Amino acid sequence: MLNTIKQVFHSPKFVVGFAIFVAILLTMIIYPLFCPGNPLEQIGVGTFAAPGTYVSLYDATKSPTETLRLPDAADNRIEASLSKEDRVEMVEWFGAMGISVEGLDIEDTDAMVDLWNANYDPSVRPAGMTSAKINYYKRLDNSIKELNASDTVIIADYDEEGNLVTTKTIADTDYVNTKEIANVKTLPLGTDNFGRDVLKELVSATGTSIKIGLIAGIVATVIGLTLGLLAGYLGGITDDIIMFVTNIFTVIPSFVLLILITYSLGQEQRGAAVVAIVIGFTSWTWTARSVRSQVISLRNRDHVNLSKLSGHSLVRIVLLDILPYIASYVVMAFILQVSSGILAEAQLSLLGLGPKTTQVPTLGLMMNWAMLYSAHTNGSWWAYFPVILVITLISFSLNLMNTGLDQVFNPTLRD
Amino acid sequence: MSENENTRKNIDFAEKPLCLSGRGVTKVFGLGDKKTVAVDHVDFDFHEGEFVSIVGESGSGKTTLSKMLLGLLNQSEGQILFQGKPRDISSGHKKKEYWKGIQAIFQDPFSSFNTFQKVDAVLLDCINMRGGKGLSKQEKFDMMTEACNFVNLKFAELTNKYPFELSGGQMQRLMIARIFLLKPKILLADEPTSMVDACSRATILDMLLNLRDETGMTVIFITHDIGLAYYISDTIYIMEHGKFVEYGKADEVILEPKAPYTKRLISDVPKIHEEWDLSTVDLLNSN
Amino acid sequence: MGKPMLEVRNLKTKYVTRFHEDVYAVDGVSFTIEEGKSLGIAGESGCGKSTLALSMMGYYFPPLHYMSGDIIIDGKNISGMDPDTVRKTILGSEIAYIPQAAMNALNPTQKIIKFVTDVMRAHDPKKDKNEIREMAEARFSELGLPKETLQKHAVELSGGMKQRTVIAVSTILNPKVLIADEPSSALDVTSQKMVIKMMRELMEKGYIKSMLFITHELPLLYNVTDDIMVMYAGQIVEKGTAKEMVFDPVHPYSHGLMGSILVPEEGTRGQKLGAIPGAPPNLKKPPDGCRFAERCKYACADCRYTSIPEKPFGEGRMYRCLKSVEELKEVYENE
Repeated sequence: MLNTIKQVFHSPKFVVGFAIFVAILLTMIIYPLFCPGNPLEQIGVGTFAAPGTYVSLYDATKSPTETLRLPDAADNRIEASLSKEDRVEMVEWFGAMGISVEGLDIEDTDAMVDLWNANYDPSVRPAGMTSAKINYYKRLDNSIKELNASDTVIIADYDEEGNLVTTKTIADTDYVNTKEIANVKTLPLGTDNFGRDVLKELVSATGTSIKIGLIAGIVATVIGLTLGLLAGYLGGITDDIIMFVTNIFTVIPSFVLLILITYSLGQEQRGAAVVAIVIGFTSWTWTARSVRSQVISLRNRDHVNLSKLSGHSLVRIVLLDILPYIASYVVMAFILQVSSGILAEAQLSLLGLGPKTTQVPTLGLMMNWAMLYSAHTNGSWWAYFPVILVITLISFSLNLMNTGLDQVFNPTLRD
Repeated sequence: MSENENTRKNIDFAEKPLCLSGRGVTKVFGLGDKKTVAVDHVDFDFHEGEFVSIVGESGSGKTTLSKMLLGLLNQSEGQILFQGKPRDISSGHKKKEYWKGIQAIFQDPFSSFNTFQKVDAVLLDCINMRGGKGLSKQEKFDMMTEACNFVNLKFAELTNKYPFELSGGQMQRLMIARIFLLKPKILLADEPTSMVDACSRATILDMLLNLRDETGMTVIFITHDIGLAYYISDTIYIMEHGKFVEYGKADEVILEPKAPYTKRLISDVPKIHEEWDLSTVDLLNSN
Repeated sequence: MGKPMLEVRNLKTKYVTRFHEDVYAVDGVSFTIEEGKSLGIAGESGCGKSTLALSMMGYYFPPLHYMSGDIIIDGKNISGMDPDTVRKTILGSEIAYIPQAAMNALNPTQKIIKFVTDVMRAHDPKKDKNEIREMAEARFSELGLPKETLQKHAVELSGGMKQRTVIAVSTILNPKVLIADEPSSALDVTSQKMVIKMMRELMEKGYIKSMLFITHELPLLYNVTDDIMVMYAGQIVEKGTAKEMVFDPVHPYSHGLMGSILVPEEGTRGQKLGAIPGAPPNLKKPPDGCRFAERCKYACADCRYTSIPEKPFGEGRMYRCLKSVEELKEVYENE
């Protein structure tokens, strides 16, 4: 046994797969310790806040300031507010004015702004330009001038008589230490459509999905193993009946069956565990068939005959004389079942037939939400791409482990 | 050695009590058009302490017959009598009782052992089966040592070893040690030497003979090698297409064969002292 | 003295295992087969006799590796040749090889004539189809195989027929050496006899010039080959004519081996069988001295540490033992 395990860990494929899987599991366990809280808490009101560090503006204005004179502060400001579209439009204006833009880098904000200030003339109306476009250029010019002007921002409040009174002025050289600001929130993967922290949700969802995969895998393996052992070892009429049932389950595509069962259960009945069991219940056929064929070839081995002659009971023969021979195979099948269980849950949830949406997030549900709120069309990649990545990684690591085991246990693949 | 010769030549087993006999034993596989008769109404009488060989080529039905004798297959027709009484193996409990009286050694030693069990577990299992569960550790150890000594193995070297760490000959000897512990009435040996080298073969055959002499068990030896059968057995049954075409004392069957099949079989085996007549072969009219 | 057809000189080959250990399976084997002669190799499983067969064909595909020595077929040295070249130019026309399970080598979807065509065309790509068929039919009927066999599929033939068909097809180019590695071990005695008869006919009619026959069945070797070599742990321990080897073996191992022969003949019942305890040595680290010393009843301390050369004696016989022939014979007689 120990030898087998040693051998398994000599397979590089298995080790890589195992390492990835363990890393995922560890993240799943450790992350909530540092960032506790309900993963489904709606912290944002809007949808799809981009990844980044969020600083409370309210707290920032109240915090003590330091004056820093940074030489490139104005440039940075312009650079941050001048979007790529604006830059392209600026180049278009230069073109309309007949100015050569040879060698001009639109990322070089200094050069762009200098050229703009030198050449923009609001009174000029280039031929064929719509007035909307001309107004856009006027606005653009204004904002560039404003950013250059380094005006102060005035914070005013109503006094007792209802007049606005300046309470604070903020100069462009005022800085606040982020440590002084009471509320800073880092959202490494932004928020989703309901304003929930995607990372926290993702970690929680990964855990749930792996649990679903494990339950589905255990259910499928237990059913498949039991039926396969019985059919293979007993043979005769038992075999015929079991194989008849198995064939029925095989010919109906299991996914269709899955959809029908989950749909008929209804939204309210579908907890994560129920979905997992249903997935397991529809995917045992493959295990049953292969276990059966292996048992049939083992059944006629002489050591089984000798065990019978020694008067051992059926249970003992099956457990001690047959099961150890197919154990490695069953473990491999189990790993594949876990992987396919996770994928099946994702597929189901994507169709909106996954677990109830109010209790726990799953990887499939996260995909479903992202899809429903068009994250893929409005560029909110953080709402679905990490989910895809995690599903891929889990599936990849499990399959890699399976291939590694196959290399160790399958004599035909040994070199 | 000379003792062996005596026991192998002079005893008339017909006077000894019957141990296992069969009347019209038949096995049919499949149904309707696919029906094949593997064993076809065979009668046999194996006596106590007799060394019987069943000789047949592949497909003659000798393995099917051996499985029926062991009770691993039920006969389609006919009756098998164990110690003069009809054998009853209808329930699991009765089967267990029957298997206390009959044990087997199979052809392939490499598949005869559960590779997940250690050698001592195999032997311990035999002691437990013979009702030795309550014995002390030392007594069990002594029994296992005795059994291993009988087959020229050192028990101390085998403990904590797995069967696959032994050579084919050693494994087959361990099988004999197992029989030595179980002491059944009948031993069925299904080609126990066909996968063993010529040098170890002699050792195993001698051990089987010693086992018979010491315990007085009936040995049913199944083989395709007529020379081997002649060397070892008291009585030989020749099997062709599921039927016994000839049987009798070893000397009679081999030296004065009567059935044409037996004659052909003997003439087809390469000889050393006699001329091996190749001209009897008709190449064109064979299939 | 006939013309030497196959000459092997001090051939050494090894296997490399998964764990990069070397197993010296053939360790310094030399012998010659003359034209019209046949040689048998006897030995236990794992003694290197099948490896020797593969090595002689130049079949060096991993894990088998060539180390040193010469293989000369009819004056042509093929040792060290690229295995692919050997397969294309030597196999079939110079050497034919029949493994134990040759009958399983037939593709069940093709007719037998297709294999004949393949063999012929491999050496003469432009050969006419009708010509091939006529040749094959002539050869088949001469060897006692019905002509209709050519138009059959492999599945329609019995095991013995398949084996004979394979032999007929693989010798159709009249190879100089036929290497048969247990060609009849998987067959019933009757089919075995047919296979042997056919191989004898091939020799008598001159379709094959020499034969190397490998088997663990000594009575068979005695009846088929002119000379017998006994192989143990990668080396030849004794060589002689078939009669000498069976009735007058010198080396303790051959003595034990010949003593274990069982034939259905008068007087063999109750004879004393030669049993040799123990197992062959591990060929990863072959012993320095005599390789058989561990199992030999007559071994002394010197046997274990002295490396023993091949010692010639009698008429072209050879053995590999520290003791002299007379000493050994005396020991055997006193038993």
